[in-house]
Amino acid sequence: MDIDPEDVFGDEDDPENEFYQERDATKEFLVYLVDASPKMFSTTCPSEDQKYVSHFEAAISCISVSLKTQIINRSYDEVAICFFNAKEKKNLQDLTGVYVFNVPEREDLDRPTARLIKEFDRVQESFSKQIGSKYGILPGTRDNSLYNALWAAQALLRKGSTKTADKRILLFTNEDDPFGNMKGVTKLDMMRTTIQRAKDAQDLGISIELLPFSKPDDDFNVSTFYADLLGLEGTNLAEFKALAVERFEDIKDQLRKRMFRKRKVRRINFIIAGGKSIELNTYAVVRPTNPGNITWLDSVTNLPLKAERSFFCSDTGALLQDPPKYIQTYKSENIMFTADEVSEIKRVSTGHLRLLGFKPLSCLKDYHNLRPSTFEVVGSTCIFIALHRSMLRLKRFAVAFYGNSTHPQLVALIAQDEIMSPSGQIEPPGMHMIYLPYSDDIRPIEEFHTDTNLAPRASEDQIKSASSLLKRIDLKNFSVCQFANPALQKHYAVLQALALDEDDIPDVKDETLPDEEGLARPGVVKALEELKICVYGENFKQEDDTMGSQKTSETSNKRKAVADNATKEYANYDWPKLADNGQLKELTVSELKHYLNVHNLPVGGKKEALISRILTQMGK
Amino acid sequence: MARNKESLVLLIEVGPSMHGVLPEVEKVCCLLAEKKLIYGKYDEVGVVAFGTTDTKNDLTVEVGGYENVTVLRDIKVVDGALVDVLHQLPRGSARGDFLDAVVVGMDMMIKKYKETNKGKKRLCLITNAVTPTRLPYEGTKEDQVKTVAAQMMAHGMKMDCVVVRAQKDWDVDKKIVEENDFLLGLLSNKSSSKVYVGNATSLLGALRTRNITPVTTYRGDFELSYIMKIKVWVYKKTCEEKFPTLKKYSDKAPPTDKFASHEIKVDYEYRSIEDPKRVVPPEQRIKGYRYGPQVVPISSAEWEAVKFKPEKGLKLLGFTDASNIMRHYYMKDVNLFIAEPGNTKAILAISALARAMKEMNKVAIVRCVWRQGQTNVVIGVLTPNVSAKDSVPDSFYFNVLPFAEDVREFQFPSFSNLPSSMQPNEQQQDAADKLVQMLDLAPADGEEVLPPDLTPNPALERFYRSLELRSKDPSANIPQIDETLKRITEPDPELLHQNTAVIEEFCRSFELKENPKLKKSSRRIREKPTGSSEDGEGVAAAGQAMDAAEYPSQVKVEQDSNTVQEFEAMMSRRDSPDWVRKAFQSMKDKIYNLVEDSVEGDTYQKILECLVALRKGCICKQEPEQFNDFLRHLNKFCHERHLDSLSDFLASNNVMLISKSEEPESNVPETEARVLLLKEP
Repeated sequence: MDIDPEDVFGDEDDPENEFYQERDATKEFLVYLVDASPKMFSTTCPSEDQKYVSHFEAAISCISVSLKTQIINRSYDEVAICFFNAKEKKNLQDLTGVYVFNVPEREDLDRPTARLIKEFDRVQESFSKQIGSKYGILPGTRDNSLYNALWAAQALLRKGSTKTADKRILLFTNEDDPFGNMKGVTKLDMMRTTIQRAKDAQDLGISIELLPFSKPDDDFNVSTFYADLLGLEGTNLAEFKALAVERFEDIKDQLRKRMFRKRKVRRINFIIAGGKSIELNTYAVVRPTNPGNITWLDSVTNLPLKAERSFFCSDTGALLQDPPKYIQTYKSENIMFTADEVSEIKRVSTGHLRLLGFKPLSCLKDYHNLRPSTFEVVGSTCIFIALHRSMLRLKRFAVAFYGNSTHPQLVALIAQDEIMSPSGQIEPPGMHMIYLPYSDDIRPIEEFHTDTNLAPRASEDQIKSASSLLKRIDLKNFSVCQFANPALQKHYAVLQALALDEDDIPDVKDETLPDEEGLARPGVVKALEELKICVYGENFKQEDDTMGSQKTSETSNKRKAVADNATKEYANYDWPKLADNGQLKELTVSELKHYLNVHNLPVGGKKEALISRILTQMGK
Repeated sequence: MARNKESLVLLIEVGPSMHGVLPEVEKVCCLLAEKKLIYGKYDEVGVVAFGTTDTKNDLTVEVGGYENVTVLRDIKVVDGALVDVLHQLPRGSARGDFLDAVVVGMDMMIKKYKETNKGKKRLCLITNAVTPTRLPYEGTKEDQVKTVAAQMMAHGMKMDCVVVRAQKDWDVDKKIVEENDFLLGLLSNKSSSKVYVGNATSLLGALRTRNITPVTTYRGDFELSYIMKIKVWVYKKTCEEKFPTLKKYSDKAPPTDKFASHEIKVDYEYRSIEDPKRVVPPEQRIKGYRYGPQVVPISSAEWEAVKFKPEKGLKLLGFTDASNIMRHYYMKDVNLFIAEPGNTKAILAISALARAMKEMNKVAIVRCVWRQGQTNVVIGVLTPNVSAKDSVPDSFYFNVLPFAEDVREFQFPSFSNLPSSMQPNEQQQDAADKLVQMLDLAPADGEEVLPPDLTPNPALERFYRSLELRSKDPSANIPQIDETLKRITEPDPELLHQNTAVIEEFCRSFELKENPKLKKSSRRIREKPTGSSEDGEGVAAAGQAMDAAEYPSQVKVEQDSNTVQEFEAMMSRRDSPDWVRKAFQSMKDKIYNLVEDSVEGDTYQKILECLVALRKGCICKQEPEQFNDFLRHLNKFCHERHLDSLSDFLASNNVMLISKSEEPESNVPETEARVLLLKEP
């Protein structure tokens, strides 16, 4: 991806616009609290591949998937994994029954690392030995492992301020009544203190979420205890169940997708008319995502390298420091410009967005596009909303000149109304800035191949059968972002496999391939056949074949002829002898090419290159 | 290059009716010549003016007739003289006959090239076609035009017509105009394009100044399914014309060295970050990608083995309602899908699909892999382009769509949830409606203003003009932007004038509560020279992040009264070196704001206090250059804004650069420290 030239202008804080700015926390701190009681191991649930796994395994695999996604999506978020109802203890406060899982070179709450993921994947093998499972709340003791777990988690989350970070505890358990073994006052007391502990954490801005597992015959009853702990009431309680299931799926099916913080690309001044202007905040909402920056490493030590660029004068060999001058050869003379002058030339307008007027939407053609659009919303909203509404209602777009210092350009501002769906905002309200091409950028391709005759036009019948095909292959709810980029997903998969030393690279499904099954439906096939007959005629089959071969023939025949000729000529020379005697250079280039052709070597380059290629091939 | 050389004859009408637009014609023709001097050095160009007072052409000598047609330049390789000829076109006094000119141009081509150079011969006619053509000696005008067109075909010539039509037509004979249009139509329908332009700005964009031979990005099957395939070719429809890449120039070679190449070589060295002394040869490098905090090395061989390798081909995924694809999702420049030229069946198939899609308002979603070995796929949308011209086959526009990863799901507040103070009232909405309606660039009865297809790139035009000026006078300044091109960068004063009432009402309706702080800060950013703004911003951003993190309100808003105290307080913080940077930066910003706000010097005293504090701070932190650079900069800034009185004020109060004697880090000698404010411009 090109670096957006506008990115240079970074973020700006605007306290005045707090309202518009609903501060998004930049980071997320998350503690996974996993119940490791024997009950988690003894009950099972069906997994994706129809095998039964224990609840504990299910929780582990869920966290593992989520970590693998997170390390790509939001690698700056920090996580900690913490087991409770464990036999061993390992935590700062030395609380019993709580084991904080970690790997070297990492704090307890820290960014996930490959090593963490790798060892966490293997945690089950060593679990019974190293951590062990044990009921933490037993009659006769005053141990309260849930209380301890919440306390440990809260301590882990002490780091950082809630202003900049979202703090969450994610609790995995299948025990809906943790204090079921207790009786009387002790039980009430323990419940009270545990709930109080949870409240304290919540008061500190930590949200607690519960991911419950249900036993096959016995649903997890939230209201027994956890409703109080989570502070659920009334309708929330009813919704909780449905949401919990959904959340599980969400965690598992997350797309590996790098998340970007919402940040302003730039603030621009939009000059409307009569001295009125408003400040616009622009955001990059759609940008091609690249696989991430390449860091060059030394292949011997695997340590990062830094590139240093230096300029040398090729006449004197002197190292140059100042920004050089630039030249353009023109009329066989060198015309010189300084860097300042070049940017001066590009400064045809003063960095603002200037309104030139309005046009109906029909004037914006499909080919009026150069780069991804930029989204904008605004500081002084009243004017903006008014214009936005007018433009929507009158179906017009604004034409403005954007005096950007690198690409001064005409832009179209298209008003976009908000589109909501039950799951949230699909299209935010605002204007999209579309970069318009200049006449120099548009090529009259349509006319490039015209000849004198009239161009053939489809007949009514043909259009009709095309229409019926259109009706057949209709993607009803198509949305632009329904496909994941297969190349990028593959990249992430490879990266993960290499980082975690996984043996096989997971297969990535290419969602962009056509739906073969759908296209093979009889209705579709029939429509296609009809269109084919209608347009191509009855006995097109043969023609198609001949045409096909003709097309391939042009290039491949030529290639074949060259190869044949080469083989014939090749036999006329005693190549090894020529090479030994150094007589290759006495042959012509086209003679040398016979050899290269026969051995399927590249035939490009100067004569010396050809000869050396031949010698390398012979192994000399 | 020479293989692709184009030969072009410009046929320019210079009669009295054209005098009004001739300056623009000169400009666009010069631009054409200037571009050819860079991109098509071997192209050959001839120039014919018609409607001239004199007559000078071969045909008039050989067969007689063809009066008032002057060959200004025979067809020859482009050079500086061509620009000069075009720069100063003669103003003719006779009525021009475009047919005569076309014949003269053709004759020049035929004599020069005979049968050769087919397909690369172009005639370019610029006329307003309001004067009648002469009756031929025999037959009708129509016959004559047809013969001419046939000749053109036979010799493989193309013709572009630019017909200038201003709205306020002089009292021209409607009949003549219609007849001429008909004749031009006959000419252009056969061999190439004709554009009508209504104003000077469009005229500058109408002539194709650079001829690029298009190259296909794909040739092959467009697969509807395994049952039906259509042969298509794919071309780029839009492609940004970039600034020519300028070469870096070294002036280190001694001026006496005649053979100096003046080239600059770029050298890359890779050093280990941990051990900067160790240089690693380029072939010993390996690519690494971030995985969490670590970097995972992937060798290109490994990568090659596992990377995504799709098969070349275009596959249809399906059709969908056009409304499902919003305009702002178009990601890149646009491609054009045409049926394989000459393949009637393919043309018919494309035409049937395009027309059906147009009727039903549908678009097609396709998956493209242009080349074998390409490592990614492209998902895009085909929109129908039903041709209005009989000779041009129907085609599709192709736009790239984003993948799920490319769309960033930022949430924005809904307008309806905003407080009522931000909601426009009825009267405001009405004013906005009127503005949107009246500031009309595409009037129903007139011609669209600034259509992208006819709007030239003002920055490029300016570059080529500077180039030409510099070639004549190496010390020439960068010229101002052309008046005609100002119509692109600024609103049309005439349009504004017509709608004064609407605009005034609009402004009255929205009494804008200015946000003085915001306005200022953004203005400052824009006008700081590009070099410094970048690092300045970086510092400011870092500082702000710290604010937000730890001290939300403590030092954020600086009150005028205690700027200096705040500054000193920040300077004395020891918990992070960033505070010092931030203190410097915010102080500098403050001073710029004060300078901008100053009316009749009322803020000078304040500026002085701030500067003294900053100076003290810089000496104390041993960063004299911070202050020196800033002061130099401020001085220049004052000068640009005609605030010389401030410079004088500062000088009289003994504000000077920090010299070496005060602070050893400085590289300003004592003697020079004081000079800056007095001497510099």
